[in-house]
Amino acid sequence: MTDNPAIELTGIDKKFGPVHANKNINLTVAKGSIHGIIGENGAGKSTLMSILYGFYQADSGEIRINGKPVAIKDSQTAISSGIGMVHQHFMLVENFTVIENIMLGAEGGALLAKGVASARAELKRLEQDYGLEVDPDAVIEELPVGLQQRVEILKAMYRGAEILILDEPTGVLTPAEADHLFKILRVLRDQGKTVILITHKLREIMAITDTVSVMRRGEMVATRKTAETSVEELAELMVGRRVLLRVEKGEAHPGAVILSVKNLTVKDNRGVIMVDNVSFDVRAGEIVGIAGVAGNGQSELLEAIAGIRQPVSGEILIDGQPIGKASPARLRELGLAHIPEDRHHMGLVLKFEEYENSVLGYHRDPKYGRGMMLDLEAIRRDAQEKIEKYDIRPPNPRLKTANFSGGNQQKIVVAREIERDPRILLIGQPTRGVDIGAIEFIHKRIIDMRDQGKALLLVSVELDEIRALSDRILVMFAGHVVGEKTADAGEQTLGLMMAGIAA
Amino acid sequence: MDSIDILISILGSTIRLSIPLIFTALAGLFSERSGIFDIGLEGKMLAAAFASACIAYLTNNAWAGLGAGILISVALSLVHGFASITNRGNQIVSGVAINFIVAGLTIVLGQAWFGQGGRTPQLMAAGRFGEIKFPYAEELRGSGYLGKFYADVISGHNILTYLAFAAVPISWWILYRTRFGLRLRAVGENPGAVDTAGISVTWLRYRAVICAGILCGFSGTYLAIAQSAAFIKDMSAGKGYIALAALIFAKWKPVPVMFACLLFGFLDAFANFMQGKQVPGIGEVPVQIFQALPYILTCILLAGFIGVAHPPKAGGVPYTKER
Repeated sequence: MTDNPAIELTGIDKKFGPVHANKNINLTVAKGSIHGIIGENGAGKSTLMSILYGFYQADSGEIRINGKPVAIKDSQTAISSGIGMVHQHFMLVENFTVIENIMLGAEGGALLAKGVASARAELKRLEQDYGLEVDPDAVIEELPVGLQQRVEILKAMYRGAEILILDEPTGVLTPAEADHLFKILRVLRDQGKTVILITHKLREIMAITDTVSVMRRGEMVATRKTAETSVEELAELMVGRRVLLRVEKGEAHPGAVILSVKNLTVKDNRGVIMVDNVSFDVRAGEIVGIAGVAGNGQSELLEAIAGIRQPVSGEILIDGQPIGKASPARLRELGLAHIPEDRHHMGLVLKFEEYENSVLGYHRDPKYGRGMMLDLEAIRRDAQEKIEKYDIRPPNPRLKTANFSGGNQQKIVVAREIERDPRILLIGQPTRGVDIGAIEFIHKRIIDMRDQGKALLLVSVELDEIRALSDRILVMFAGHVVGEKTADAGEQTLGLMMAGIAA
Repeated sequence: MDSIDILISILGSTIRLSIPLIFTALAGLFSERSGIFDIGLEGKMLAAAFASACIAYLTNNAWAGLGAGILISVALSLVHGFASITNRGNQIVSGVAINFIVAGLTIVLGQAWFGQGGRTPQLMAAGRFGEIKFPYAEELRGSGYLGKFYADVISGHNILTYLAFAAVPISWWILYRTRFGLRLRAVGENPGAVDTAGISVTWLRYRAVICAGILCGFSGTYLAIAQSAAFIKDMSAGKGYIALAALIFAKWKPVPVMFACLLFGFLDAFANFMQGKQVPGIGEVPVQIFQALPYILTCILLAGFIGVAHPPKAGGVPYTKER
């Protein structure tokens, strides 16, 4: 065996127009190790890996694999050089079976029949060697995401990958599924494969990697042995300044019940019951967190309370008064504000300029115009104030919203909803795709709201976030609230509840 | 005529009217399963009809006509591919443009070359695809209904008719049993998966539209030199759109496509038959009502009777690598 590193990148440089995505990157990944690459959104991690996988070509720089220089001009070259990639958004054909997806691009002949037999045999072997079990005849869209991801890994292994790149692999997984994934990655490493893990979650880096490299604004700022570094040091390297990782908050002082949900049942668009007979209260001055794996009814619950989705049965009360079929606009008048889970889908119109989004939904307010006419001056002034208060960058209300980074887009939504000074705030995934610096800011705002005596309902798939912010935690599984815990409940307890195993 | 005779005559003409629909709908199937919407089926069919009629007239050879029809139709497919695959243009606009250009150009060229008001000259027998008589057809005609069915529905069509029915299982086999078919279905659902598997999305989609071109070449040729004996202006008469409806109705699957086309062909044949006939209890019904039936049926069926038709997920969306 040679001592050549699995991957050696020297002087990789890549520009997209004016955006300098990768600046003179050097990186060495040792064979048979798990190497983490960490950085905020937009730091250039994904671009770098896409270059390695032949999705883009670097403007300059050299790639060496096992000591030999390779020109990776397309994914085909990458695959034949032994590189496999598991993308953040799975590259699977959803209405194909597992075996069809695995064979795609490696069919073994012009006719399928022969290839299918050998693919089955190979899958059997991979299953035995690495514990990658999956039913080859299952249709992808009917599999849970954890298994879909396993199919992606199998796809890479089937093509003989020696180097496996995983881009943000745990974003869609339950804690238990993530643990299982890590177990698989360790087996792969122990069998001599090289694993590159891209993530922005510090905890994962500490849990599984051997070495970690930190990227910031297109540059590789440091590489450390995981055993010799700390979460604090990595966070500081990522952001470029000291970051408060723990949310500081005082004791909650819950007051009267403001929002209450009684025996609520909600169906989704397909007519499937997603929220099943759920009841709870939210008091003034407390944050109630709803934990759960995505797709267990949290979204439908939020939408029902926000007046976007009509419940099938049960009621929602504000100050003890049932809201009936009140429209979202009417609910806003009652003092309810909503930071929706998906800012692109519901929170913003990306083609609008920033100031337009900063009043969206409140544009009927006399402050912003009269009758049919909008007072653009007033709106822009108002937007400018919010930009300053929330440090939205770049500070330009006339910029198209799509051109803001994810964190700043989220701040536009947060500013709009919080500055209305609502009494009830519904918060969905407040920090999805938001970098650490902005997370810190948004979390602080949420705690401020609580201390001002507002009633807050928080839905997040990030268990850490739920635990850091909530005063009480409800766990949802398959449409039911399976239990309530206090904020100091252990991660493992909550994780098991989220998987529907314990109550 | 007793009612069985009527039925057999309607069935015979159902077959004849379904053939261009089957070819065209299969053409659409290849294109759309690869993610390229093809509203230009109509134009390709018309262009192929014109080209085949011209060449068949000049060479007095039906096969040369077929070759010309396929050639021009594939050329138009490549134009559609260049606009919508290479340049990532709007696929509907590109398809509509092809329809317009062909509708005008065939008439202008036809008039300029032959001076018959956009028609091409009448073809001799050798320039057409003639009927093929199956063995014993004449003898069996007199021997009961089955014999009649054999003689008038199964036998007595031209070669392209039989090719159309052969094209159905062949298309199925290509789509579901070959590497090309697997990749073609994949690229219409998630081109990203194809790209990351190291396969060229562009080349794959070009091959799919070329398949569509070949099949449209057959359908146009059938119209001009098998069903008729000359090109007549606008002779495709919306069949390209009906074929698209059949494709949606059949949920983008080859065998259901054939049945959907037969159904539309039957309605067409029925409308022809009802021309000038008395409907019991109502009297004579304007033929337009029967002619409208396929369209009304399409609306009703698409509005809910066939359930949700899921088009290929990446259909109509040009592929760009994500940033």
